[in-house]
Amino acid sequence: MKKNTLLILFVALCAASMLFAAGASEQQTSQGEDKTTLEFWTWRPEDIDFYEGQIALFEKANPDITVVQTAHKNTEYNTILAASLSGGAGPDVFQGRAYGGLATFADSGFLEPLVEWMPELKNYSENALLGATSPTDGKIYGSPAISQTVFMYYNIDLYKELGLSIPKTWAELIRNFEAAKKAGYIPLGNGAKDGWCLETLLGGMGAGFYGGTDFYNAVVAGKKNFEDPAFIKMIEKMKSLTKYMPDMYMGISYEDMRSYFFNEMSPHLIAGSYEAAYFRTQNPELNFGIFAVPSEKASDPAYVSVYADMNFAMNANSSKKDSAIKFMKFLSTKEFGKAMVTEMQMVTAVPGVDASADPFISRVLELQENATPYFFLVGFRYQQPTGSSLWQAAAQGAMADTMTAKQTAKQIQDGIASYYKPFQK
Amino acid sequence: MHQIQRNKVKWIVFFITPGLLVVGTFILLPLFMSLYNSLFSWKQLIRLDFVGLDNFKRLLFTFPYQERFFNAMKNNLYWFLSTTLIQNTFGLFFGYLLSRNLPGAQFFKRIFFIPVLFSIVAVGFLWGMYLKPSGLVNSFLKLVGLASLQRAWLGLEHLATPTIILVNIWRWVGFPSLVFLAAIDSVPQECLEAAYLEGVNEWKLFWKIIFPLIIPAITIIMVLTIIGSLNVFEQIYTMTGLDGAPNYSTDTIGTLFYRTAFGSIDAGSPEIGIGSAIGLVIYMLTFATSLLSVFVTKSKEVQL
Repeated sequence: MKKNTLLILFVALCAASMLFAAGASEQQTSQGEDKTTLEFWTWRPEDIDFYEGQIALFEKANPDITVVQTAHKNTEYNTILAASLSGGAGPDVFQGRAYGGLATFADSGFLEPLVEWMPELKNYSENALLGATSPTDGKIYGSPAISQTVFMYYNIDLYKELGLSIPKTWAELIRNFEAAKKAGYIPLGNGAKDGWCLETLLGGMGAGFYGGTDFYNAVVAGKKNFEDPAFIKMIEKMKSLTKYMPDMYMGISYEDMRSYFFNEMSPHLIAGSYEAAYFRTQNPELNFGIFAVPSEKASDPAYVSVYADMNFAMNANSSKKDSAIKFMKFLSTKEFGKAMVTEMQMVTAVPGVDASADPFISRVLELQENATPYFFLVGFRYQQPTGSSLWQAAAQGAMADTMTAKQTAKQIQDGIASYYKPFQK
Repeated sequence: MHQIQRNKVKWIVFFITPGLLVVGTFILLPLFMSLYNSLFSWKQLIRLDFVGLDNFKRLLFTFPYQERFFNAMKNNLYWFLSTTLIQNTFGLFFGYLLSRNLPGAQFFKRIFFIPVLFSIVAVGFLWGMYLKPSGLVNSFLKLVGLASLQRAWLGLEHLATPTIILVNIWRWVGFPSLVFLAAIDSVPQECLEAAYLEGVNEWKLFWKIIFPLIIPAITIIMVLTIIGSLNVFEQIYTMTGLDGAPNYSTDTIGTLFYRTAFGSIDAGSPEIGIGSAIGLVIYMLTFATSLLSVFVTKSKEVQL
């Protein structure tokens, strides 16, 4: 009998502890009755301090609103956000993905259309708004925050040591690679283990060969396709870079390639503008600059690929939209945009922010004069299999030399043609 | 008497309800939900119209789903065959050696089992580092004068899957070893002594006496191998990522399912209908093949 009593007590204890555990999280959200508490989610655990600072500024100006920030791991963010939004819960304001990632949530009815709330969105650049607009209904669902640009990073000190200058043509670039190789450096730090890094490589060096925005527009309209000779030639040029990439480049991951660059083992890396802040924290001594990868002729434009990266979105089912919109508007102020530039070295999408004080950002804006869409993300990430996933896999085949440039192009073309109407004509 | 019976029923209900609730909520409900979801068309995260078996048809018969699905299935089959042949054979061999009480048997018993206790994610992460071009494995090869064998182990299409399988075997071989050891140890001593007195050699002793008597253990290991091979996910996720890189060579139905149902951050948007269909196929395959293997091995079982 005594044993039974003990057992019942134990089971009751377990059950009670579960109840209390559930109650604890409830309590957190309902504290402070006269204040509105907004839930704000990001996929940037590394930026928690930045947002805390900005939230403090916002709360000072809006004493009746408290913002609770939650940062999720980047790779799990979409899944967690999708699960909580479909469950009718989720944050009031959150970082939103661009293009296809935005469409996923917007087309499901989870995002609030913003133009009525924020008429100032009309002042944003067309490129920035494209990433925050659902192609299904043409409505704007995000307040654009930053854009990313893909180009070549180079090590200024190593360039001086080797007596090199910024190349004006592809041939000059190859000469620089050869010189670096001779001096015992890894000429180009990029690797191919992570498929998405090959999409970055394409963004950095491809446009000059396939013909930039004209080709992009022709493909999107279905007038040209990926089996076009220009695109195949671009793949061949990309394959030709493998001899300048690190030894066993097929096993070189994203982390490896970045470390080659900031540890000054390689003078070149094709990567996005989002890396600059990371390089500075990893090696404050690193003296780096950026340039656009040149085309074959010096007279041809040297392209950089640009895409809208992140926006701020509002939950369509939020019960606190009036407060949420105040926070949304705060996140689109010039002051916030400026903080993005100075503290995070990001290219803000907020119009009218003076970025000239930051030489890196001004140089990025300078390179953006020859901006072209970051091909597969901007144009072909709306349906499965996305252009990005097809490119990433096929490009790995090309780089490992298990596929020819023609086979690579065909694999991408066939995949996209399976759903893309302009290719089915 | 009646009262006691009623009390007993109450106790049984009391004890199985929590378990049943957990199984119901976390296993049966999702299973039926994914069956339900797989019968609808989806627009992003919103369920639309009832389409019957259309998602299954698309998965199995239309490009590009068909290509991805059968490629992934091929890799699962590869996992199953290599695990059965290498891991379970070595497991049986180690189990047998350990049962012979050779010097150091107690020590090796522990050594073999230690990796089984490691978290699968930690193993994937660490081996991912060892297998980098400049990692431990290649450095070791260089050290022993085999520099020509250095490879980008996880970056080459023909090497990535075998490499991950070998890592997994390293992690898991202790488990079958221990199960087989326990089974061999439970073979009645009289049988073995009688065989020895008859002058039976080790080889015959193993195949004619020990092996038939440990068939139940083999059944368990085979069923677990089948389930493990069909559900393989974490090893690939931690070592080559969700996209089955390089060029889908490490894709399995687990990674394909995850990518399709939830979308991969770097490349895709979710397709819940097809994803649910894949989930259900994984379940059916696991169930059917496990059942089959139980029947096949049961028929070979010997009772003393």
